[in-house]
Amino acid sequence: MAARPSFSGEISNMLHASHGNPIEACMQCGTCSGTCPVATFMDHTPRRLIGLIRADFKDEVLASNTYWFCASCYHCSVRCPKGIDIAELMYALKRYSMWKGRYQEGLIGPVFSEAFVKMILRSGRSYEPVLAPSYMLSFNLREFLQEAQTATSLMLKGRLPLLPPRIKRLERFRRMVDRIIPIGGAS
Amino acid sequence: MKKFALFPGCSLEKIASSYHHSALEVARALGLELQELDDWNCCGATAYFHVDELLAYTLSARNLALAEKEGLDVVAPCAACFKNMYFTNAHLKADPELAEHINFALEEDGLRFDGKIAVRHLLELLATEVGPEAIRSHVTNPLEGLRVVPYYGCQTVRPRKADEDVEQPQFFEAILAAAGATPVDFPYKLRCCGGSLLITNRHAALCLVRDLLQAAQKCEGAIIATACPMCQVNLECYQQQVNLEFGTDFSTPVVYFTQLLGLALGVPPRRLEFGKELVALAPISPFAEKLAHQAA
Repeated sequence: MAARPSFSGEISNMLHASHGNPIEACMQCGTCSGTCPVATFMDHTPRRLIGLIRADFKDEVLASNTYWFCASCYHCSVRCPKGIDIAELMYALKRYSMWKGRYQEGLIGPVFSEAFVKMILRSGRSYEPVLAPSYMLSFNLREFLQEAQTATSLMLKGRLPLLPPRIKRLERFRRMVDRIIPIGGAS
Repeated sequence: MKKFALFPGCSLEKIASSYHHSALEVARALGLELQELDDWNCCGATAYFHVDELLAYTLSARNLALAEKEGLDVVAPCAACFKNMYFTNAHLKADPELAEHINFALEEDGLRFDGKIAVRHLLELLATEVGPEAIRSHVTNPLEGLRVVPYYGCQTVRPRKADEDVEQPQFFEAILAAAGATPVDFPYKLRCCGGSLLITNRHAALCLVRDLLQAAQKCEGAIIATACPMCQVNLECYQQQVNLEFGTDFSTPVVYFTQLLGLALGVPPRRLEFGKELVALAPISPFAEKLAHQAA
């Protein structure tokens, strides 16, 4: 029987072949952490997170908010002297944590992503009002009111859609998705 | 007249409809034909890639295959749509096995990906396909003295595609200068607006937006020009929330670069959908009024 891959091996395998060098190339220089505009909001900086993965600290990594706070700005990716696509690594970690159903309690990211994908598989297009409950319910009263106020201003300017858009060939679109995700998919 | 397939993306349908309309006006004025892709679907934003990579590539590949069917290169005005489509195209071209897998799904919609077209971003397209010189020659209402902040954001330039300059690009400045405006030297021009963090980590995103608005004010920019709906919405529509959160009093207008360019090209302001913004556009009113006088 083949040996079970280590956690760091699993994460490396999730990175698509064309997504830069493997994390083993990391020399812990910290350019990513120094570049990241949201590093100060993360519990582990990107550099530290890579260190944790390589040392197989699976529980710490899955309990971290780091990758859910990554905004996909790719600044770290273009600056990494070792050519590691760090933003893509963050995507891989998000997928891994969704797949395992393990993420830090209270994070909006995983819930929002799931709601978004389900919405697209239903209609083929994005419709913001459907998504609101996936995050507005986590807001405190002040945030909720501010968000409602912004939405109202946008509505008055005709910038929010009233009816959900959908693509024309929706049935064929759903059959297409079914060929990729046969169970629990769109139809 | 050079023709391209236009992938508007979900934002341009409503919340960024001024970007959609002004892009069409500017393209027409500069001799480019943009033909909207028939029955396009959502590019996937960032969410698909959080859930399943294969699904994300499939949904993006459907749009690429639609453009291939028309035999046209596809242009996306939204930076996020552009990034998703550009890299799906590149990855599928580099990995025939992956492409074949996805083609099996596309078959259900009578489509096929062969990797025969290119994906372009509107800003880059205007900067290279048309070029500043040609733009300048079409300008009838130069935006003289208007200090514009060229805000590239993230995904118009990143990730890196070839050996282009990802730290100090100048093509946005070149377009603004061609329109007669003064592009300011904006140190945060490539810094992130927070993107969808405004939803998933509101506090972090509002901090990023505050920092950008502060930097824009510091270099005395009268107006911020963007090339992405996410950037526009975060910087403009959430400006009031930034003010409430941090006790600031920002009132910096944020428009799409195509709206400014359209104004310089003499397109009537209403066709550029001015008036849908939440922050008043005082700095550009002299240029808009000039056009109104000309029309009268």
